[in-house]
Amino acid sequence: MSIRTPLAVARNHGAAKDGVHHWWMQRLTALALVPLALWFVISIISMAGASYERFTGWVSNPLVAALLIALLVATFYHAAIGLQVIYEDYISNHLRRRIVDVVTKFILTLLGLVSIIAVIGLAVGV
Amino acid sequence: MAADGPATSRPVSPHISIYRWQINSVLSILHRATGVALAVGTLLLVYWLVSAAAGPDAYRSAQGFIGSFIGQILLIGWAWALFYHLCNGIRHLVWDAGYGFDLSGMTRSSIIVLGAATGMTVLAFIIGWIVW
Repeated sequence: MSIRTPLAVARNHGAAKDGVHHWWMQRLTALALVPLALWFVISIISMAGASYERFTGWVSNPLVAALLIALLVATFYHAAIGLQVIYEDYISNHLRRRIVDVVTKFILTLLGLVSIIAVIGLAVGV
Repeated sequence: MAADGPATSRPVSPHISIYRWQINSVLSILHRATGVALAVGTLLLVYWLVSAAAGPDAYRSAQGFIGSFIGQILLIGWAWALFYHLCNGIRHLVWDAGYGFDLSGMTRSSIIVLGAATGMTVLAFIIGWIVW
């Protein structure tokens, strides 16, 4: 039996059930980035000084394009929530902290979108 | 407040100006520092991909920049930050799973992380320059 009043439930008080979401997403993206980052580094080493044709040929492989997009999504998400934790630790002024965090998230989202669109463009040969 | 004498100004831990440096605190700070560096370093990745998408000329100028002295210095820094954050991140995931908390084990894994990150960076550039 719950001792919470119906009004408290209606007002969304109490545990929101997503307290570990931020923590979990940081670990999930970290876990994804272990193989993705290793694959990316090995790939770009083998592509060192590659011609434009060889590079675009590599990205136009659907599996490569998909892995690149997965890498970009995980990287920018991981970076955004990782930087948020640093701001929470070191920026004590709440308003300033929130502004810096929001600006960071806007910039990282934009960088992520631009790079993903570049990969899609290369993959489909636009 | 309890009557335990006049207020004393105790240091807040870890206060780096009085905190004794030790390998684990250094690695913890480095994890954050490399995280920030890698977030800024994504600009290099975005520049490279956008240049490639813009066409052969832009791609060649990006390759030229990355191959230049400044580009290679940036790339070495980026590679070490990536390998360090990757190796130490794996250590964090092992901790999250509940393992590796004994003091001697932590010191040993600290040294392994530093060695692995540096070794992987050296290896990556030796192979990269051979491939080039």
